[in-house]
Amino acid sequence: MRMLQTILILAAKEIRDGLRNRWVAATILLLGTLALALSFLGSAPTGEIKVGVLEVSVVSLTSLSMYLLPLIALMLSFDALVGEFEHGTMLLLLTYPVARWQILFGKLLGHAAILLLAILIGYGGALGVLILAGDGDTTGWQAYLAMMASSLLLGCVFLNIGYLISTLARERAVALGAAVGAWLLLVVLYDLGVLSLLIIDAGKYISEGLFSALMLVNPADAYRLFNFTGFGEIARLVGVTDIGAGSESGLMAPVVVMVLWVIVPFLLTAILFHRREL
Amino acid sequence: MTGSTGHAIELRAVDKRYGKTAVVDGVDLQVHDGECFVLIGHNGAGKTTILKLMLGLTRPSAGQVRVLGDDPMSRSFATRRQALGYLPESASFYPHMTGLELLGYYARLKGVSRAEVDRRLDQVGLHDAAPRRLNTYSKGMRQRLGLAQAILGAPRLLFLDEPTTGLDPLVRRDFYQIIGDLRAGGTTVVISSHALNEVEARADRVAVIKRGRLVTCGSLPDLGRQAGLPVRTRLAVTPGSAARVAGQFAANVQVDRINEHSVELVCPEDQKMTVLRQIADLDDAVLDFTMSTPRLDEIYLHFMNGERP
Repeated sequence: MRMLQTILILAAKEIRDGLRNRWVAATILLLGTLALALSFLGSAPTGEIKVGVLEVSVVSLTSLSMYLLPLIALMLSFDALVGEFEHGTMLLLLTYPVARWQILFGKLLGHAAILLLAILIGYGGALGVLILAGDGDTTGWQAYLAMMASSLLLGCVFLNIGYLISTLARERAVALGAAVGAWLLLVVLYDLGVLSLLIIDAGKYISEGLFSALMLVNPADAYRLFNFTGFGEIARLVGVTDIGAGSESGLMAPVVVMVLWVIVPFLLTAILFHRREL
Repeated sequence: MTGSTGHAIELRAVDKRYGKTAVVDGVDLQVHDGECFVLIGHNGAGKTTILKLMLGLTRPSAGQVRVLGDDPMSRSFATRRQALGYLPESASFYPHMTGLELLGYYARLKGVSRAEVDRRLDQVGLHDAAPRRLNTYSKGMRQRLGLAQAILGAPRLLFLDEPTTGLDPLVRRDFYQIIGDLRAGGTTVVISSHALNEVEARADRVAVIKRGRLVTCGSLPDLGRQAGLPVRTRLAVTPGSAARVAGQFAANVQVDRINEHSVELVCPEDQKMTVLRQIADLDDAVLDFTMSTPRLDEIYLHFMNGERP
């Protein structure tokens, strides 16, 4: 009981910090504004191709969140450990009746709560507005909610990547650089790299299966895959019908990949943090 | 809780090396239950590292550390930290929290009531500053807040790393007053300090650390004896009797200075009582006397210069 309480105390501090330094407010505002803007811009052509406004929103928001959420998550987390080490507050915290994994887990819980709040209010608010504006048309709400849930999961992936960076880096500035680097590498350059490979290879060695696997192992691509292929209508909309669209396995595999991307960096961070001496 | 040894802390042949440099080198020491134990030594002697070893923040390269009967690096020790208080050297806090928020946060982590938070803030004189953000606090206020967090829950073991550097004398007095109250309640206190004149009156035992090694450890009189530092006695005598008085003492009592009105004697620590008896025998030739035993700074300097006498 006391163990859980300690984690909640640590998480509550992160949330309060987030509220105080306007991180929460800024993130909510950013996500909400973009969700509404994209949805209304995207809703113009829907009348002709008979797709719900929510489904179009899922597509545009997925493409956006794929870049934005990892960046927000990394900016929340890169500082989490190295900042406290550098500032000297970790020294004192570790003399309190708190296990190191509790500190890490508390931070994750707190930061995840901040992301959840931003997604709920930002994307959820936009959902409400869209339904109201569409005269109560709720087609595709499942896809929209799935997009919200997977957005949180994607955020958690990059929170944990941020913690790993935060425990490896010895200085805050280095951690910041590494966080931006990780974002570029995983979210931007990875796709370009795979694309270049495909072009160079010209279909000789890279089979369709290998390509699917390459797309699946990257958390940001897994997120996109989940949202684009998970629901039939959307898959048709974006034209990725090939990669197991609409099937159960098409939904499961990206989720498993993302969950692994949460667990593995978390465990690595916990081990490294535990070994760290002051 | 401390096991059968009566030692709150025990270090056995403890080494701490960073790469090839030994910061702590073969240190054996025990801190007894309820005592005030002071670590003194030059800058970089390894005092802070020894405190970190005791707090379980750093793992010893060799040897064994036991605190409250347990290994402070073990997982099971986490809950024991409830009974620990620590004031780091120049403590840093979360700058955007208020004093009240910070102390409340630490109190929750320690399972200490909200009522005690207010009481501790009053105790260190931060009642009025409590709603202010910490980045507006002065060095002295931060140090007082540091003490307030260290004594949350009236710890059984209190670690203070250079607690009074940069504090004005008034705050310093309050500081030791609060620590004195805790000691009366049975708290064991470990202080690392440079301020020898401050800790002198408060230390039960002193450990002298030099380049990571424990040079010596004991009560002040013990250390004075070990160092072989002399006891000085100053006698005020009736005019004209100085020479007669000076002639009265045994051979191992050295007459250091003499004039019309006074005689100054230097003797080994173990001759103190003999000198006292001889003074008593001098009847009314001696008007007054003061006897000064070696002070901590003299003892310290003696041990620090030990290698080149």
